[in-house]
Amino acid sequence: MNLTLKIWRQKNAETKGKIVNYSVADIEPDMSFLEMLDVLNEQLIMKGEEPVVFDHDCREGICGSCSLQINGEPHGPDRGVTTCQLHMRRFKDGDTITIEPFRAAAFPVIKDLVVDRGSFDRIQQAGGYISVNTSGNTQDANSIPVEKENADMSFYAATCIGCGACVAACKNASAMLFTSAKVSQFSLLPQGEVEADRRVLAMVEQMDKEGFGNCTNTGACEIECPKGISLENIARMNREYMKASVK
Amino acid sequence: MAKSALLKSSLAKKYWMAFSGLFLCLFLVGHLFGNFQLLLPVGDAARDQFNEYALFMTSNPLIKVLSYLTYFSIIFHAIDGLMLTIRNRKARPQGYVNFKPSANTVWASRNMGVLGTVILAFIVVHLYMFWGQMKFGELKDNLYTTANDQEVADLYTLTIQTFQDPQMGLIWAILYGIAMLAIAFHLSHGFASGFQSLGVNHPKYNGFIRKIGYAFAVLIPLGFAIIPFYIYFVLDKI
Repeated sequence: MNLTLKIWRQKNAETKGKIVNYSVADIEPDMSFLEMLDVLNEQLIMKGEEPVVFDHDCREGICGSCSLQINGEPHGPDRGVTTCQLHMRRFKDGDTITIEPFRAAAFPVIKDLVVDRGSFDRIQQAGGYISVNTSGNTQDANSIPVEKENADMSFYAATCIGCGACVAACKNASAMLFTSAKVSQFSLLPQGEVEADRRVLAMVEQMDKEGFGNCTNTGACEIECPKGISLENIARMNREYMKASVK
Repeated sequence: MAKSALLKSSLAKKYWMAFSGLFLCLFLVGHLFGNFQLLLPVGDAARDQFNEYALFMTSNPLIKVLSYLTYFSIIFHAIDGLMLTIRNRKARPQGYVNFKPSANTVWASRNMGVLGTVILAFIVVHLYMFWGQMKFGELKDNLYTTANDQEVADLYTLTIQTFQDPQMGLIWAILYGIAMLAIAFHLSHGFASGFQSLGVNHPKYNGFIRKIGYAFAVLIPLGFAIIPFYIYFVLDKI
């Protein structure tokens, strides 16, 4: 496959970036999208040019490192996959592909296609944990009865890999799907219930501080989420927050 | 923290948006059923009934409380919406070169602000045309006595004449129809969205809420839109 790539190039956080056009040839349909970018970078290095910087780590779809807004959608046109699991057979020979970083005030560009998603870490640090004694006398988890439905919903929320596709897809750059998944995974279990009120108030406060937009329930996040995190989590966060605020 | 959270936080803005929006949905139902009286055959009976109803709606103390709540909701809903829009714009200062929101969202959900602005403009014009005339305009000084001995302003004749006007009647009917289309799209997202914002989301009921929302978004604006066209095309000339 021969492709034209329109890639956002930006030297660092301070400079202004721009779209630069590249051509890549002989791309195998079975390559992943990131492998295609590897091919481009090898070409650039051979020519003595600066390679395109992009995030990647596990390349198995579980770490949440890879990002990229591909042809206007986070992680590209496929549903339920991260960019590393997007394959070139999804595109046609001769296609033009636009590749941009995830855009949000709370996700500043570091270089080229890499953005700083530290705002997610700070939301998590604000309350996304449980305070348990781990000094050797930890209780066996199975000794606490948990409803099957709640356990399932909690685990489902916990599959969020924090990639930021929800923010990238949202027209308001809102982080509510991420924050609500992190709120839900704890509040649904007895271990997390104790700190539920404090948690939701602190995490929403941090989310607002980071400058994310507000949710208008368009549902783009749920559709673009590589892990299929449901809007049900946002509704749960809305309930939890209301409950915690009136107390 | 809790107190300021219920006023200033992003989630609180959603709650108030939902409360005011869903309250305005109730208002629409009441307003529509009142308006259906305009479909009665032209005559003194219809005229007296509608004008007495208008007097009741503007003088009954309980209804007055409801109407102030309605005015407040409209203004609050608009200001809250504007504040949300400003914040949301700030959240993405640098946009995408290529952004494909149509791949994952419906048009109405992305354009609530535009639709809301059209609706607000319509409300201002609509209030000026009828309510304003009754409260501050000529109608206020030309009261007449109905068969039930009630002194009323003749809002009925003004309404029928407006939509039967040989030059402007049909144009007004079409403009009102367009405004109702904006309300229909606004409701098609807003109704179910209000429930989601208040945390009402359960796989068992989501489908039901969405269906009720779509039915509401079609039937209520359609009911309103029929009235001016019915007055222009079907009702006897006044």
